[in-house]
Amino acid sequence: MSLERSDELAAPGGTVGSTAAPGVPGGAPGRRSGRPALWRRLAADRFAFAGAVVVALYVVLALLAPLITRALGVDPYTYDLDALGPSGAPAGAFGGISAEHWFGVEPLTGRDLFAIVLMGSRTSLLVGLGATAVSVLVGTLLGLAAGYFGGWADWVVARSIDVLIGLPALIFMIAVGAVAPAWFPRTLLLVLVIGLFGWSSIARVVRGQTLALRNAGFVRASRALGASHAHVLGRQILPNLAATIVVFTTIAVPGAIGSEAALSFLGVGVPPPTPSWGRSIGNAVTWFSVDPMYLVFPGVALFGITLAFNALGDGLRDALDPRTAALGPGGRGWARRRQRRAERDARRQAGHDRKEVAA
Amino acid sequence: MRVARFLGTRLASVVFVLLVVSLLTYAVFVVLPADPAQLACGKPCTPERLETARAFMQLDKSWVEQWWDFLHGVFAGRTFGGSGATITCPAPCLGYSFRLNTPVTELILNRFPVTASIAIGAAVLWLLAGVAGGVVAAVRRGTALDRSLMVGAITGVSAPSYLVGLLGILLFGFTLDMVPVSGYVPLRESPVDWAWHLVLPWVVLALLNAAIYTRLTRAQMLDALGSEYVRTARAKGITEGRVVTRHALRNVMIPVVTIFALDLGALLGGAVITEKVFSMAGLGALLIDAVGNTDVPVLVGVTVFTAAIVVVANLLVDVVYTLLDPRVRQGRVAR
Repeated sequence: MSLERSDELAAPGGTVGSTAAPGVPGGAPGRRSGRPALWRRLAADRFAFAGAVVVALYVVLALLAPLITRALGVDPYTYDLDALGPSGAPAGAFGGISAEHWFGVEPLTGRDLFAIVLMGSRTSLLVGLGATAVSVLVGTLLGLAAGYFGGWADWVVARSIDVLIGLPALIFMIAVGAVAPAWFPRTLLLVLVIGLFGWSSIARVVRGQTLALRNAGFVRASRALGASHAHVLGRQILPNLAATIVVFTTIAVPGAIGSEAALSFLGVGVPPPTPSWGRSIGNAVTWFSVDPMYLVFPGVALFGITLAFNALGDGLRDALDPRTAALGPGGRGWARRRQRRAERDARRQAGHDRKEVAA
Repeated sequence: MRVARFLGTRLASVVFVLLVVSLLTYAVFVVLPADPAQLACGKPCTPERLETARAFMQLDKSWVEQWWDFLHGVFAGRTFGGSGATITCPAPCLGYSFRLNTPVTELILNRFPVTASIAIGAAVLWLLAGVAGGVVAAVRRGTALDRSLMVGAITGVSAPSYLVGLLGILLFGFTLDMVPVSGYVPLRESPVDWAWHLVLPWVVLALLNAAIYTRLTRAQMLDALGSEYVRTARAKGITEGRVVTRHALRNVMIPVVTIFALDLGALLGGAVITEKVFSMAGLGALLIDAVGNTDVPVLVGVTVFTAAIVVVANLLVDVVYTLLDPRVRQGRVAR
């Protein structure tokens, strides 16, 4: 259940359970990681670095997809019934792989599978990144408001998160997709629906960090000098949250991509003929004993981008909060020193944090 | 006293969340243009017949009134129709499906054992595997074993459940012919067949979910192993194995169980994708079916039922903590 899992991945530990232990990764306030340090640590993590390279590759391919398909003389829409055998399965071995059709062709239609998979990356990334942008925007604004103003704003945001977690997200997405008016663009609908179901973890993290910063010296000084709330939030607090927001944005992307694929798999995602990996996988179900390659290519494409984003996000989180890293750049001694310092900071903050962590 | 107040607040928030969830569900499903009466009124659908169908299904009221009727029905039951034919929906009435001519409560009760069988079996597997993996990774931190467990965890998180499920069916079902590839046998009929049909969905779900628990357990265990109470325990001369299992693990389990309750609750409300892949008629399949046929009462009823499971699971965890954790009991950890 990729949908349910994405949220927990983003916030291990301090989820809704109000009594969750303090000091969970990501949620732990007070560790200020400068941007250079973050990138240095990330570059030292080979797995995360590989993830970043693969993500970049996917993005470039998605951007160039129309040029590539045109250069190859293929497209994801043209039927080619000559490429099919008598049963409707692709003619030839391995799903009809040939010099003309690199990934073979789609059963029943004979459309070029390479073009479908390549153009499918645009759907996946567009919906994945768009929905993440919605989640991050909503989550950051609500998290800032809850953490900074406290009181009723905090109550409203906390209860909204409770409701959001109580709603069966996948069901709601399916149902909204099923009953939405036909004139509403489906892709935009997907972006909004997936985005609006995914903001809770980032709101929680932003709220926690805002709470810790609210009483910091520079914030109080700014307030004392007569700065408005908007100035304090936008110019004083938000820049300090930038690294955290970048990390949690990266972590949120694979979940959104997975949601789009799951909805398309179930037949309520982007409408045909727009290519979508999830829909191809769904169509491949009835074919996979005859033509397994129809399942393999979109499946590997989807798995690859999700894995790459997860590896990158994971590495970024470790870079932001090295206590959980499997091996810091300085080896185990470095990690131990780093951990001792973190514990000292945490103890110092425990005093007022205990009172502040009211959710 | 503190415990009572804490529980009272929690209970109030549960009721509140359920009210909002049901209201939202109603708002979404009723406001959006999907008219069950239109579907039920048959052809040719004259305006008079449509009106009669609306009135019979009590769809002629505003959606807020309908929501109120729904809430009322949960506690007191409902009666549809007026003069002549009536349909009664007894007390815990979560709506009535006019398409299937069955109360939604009955539909849910029929389907729930399937979903519960999938969810509980998988959950037990992934909890055991995930916590064991996380503890091992944390204790052997920085070693090749830790690295490979973490890489395995990310890989598991990244794989879509339907893809793994389909490959599992292809490999173990068709190629090796070891396990059945679809269907469900009730536990009462034959426990062996029941388990045998569920092995593949259990393993697939567990494989994917264990990854999250491995990661979480590892992070929490690393925190715990660096803490003062663990240092004290070591200083007393207790063996490392005992320190890990008796002292550290108990604290590690707190956030793990929190997430576990949520995951299990969400899964109990319908393992939509797993049920589709393995062709099992659980709550998820019921919902997909209802979406396909715009069966609004079923959609609303099942959504509220699912939300209730999630919220109540969450409440149970909080209550158990309150009873177990002396810090919470004395109100020292502000909630």
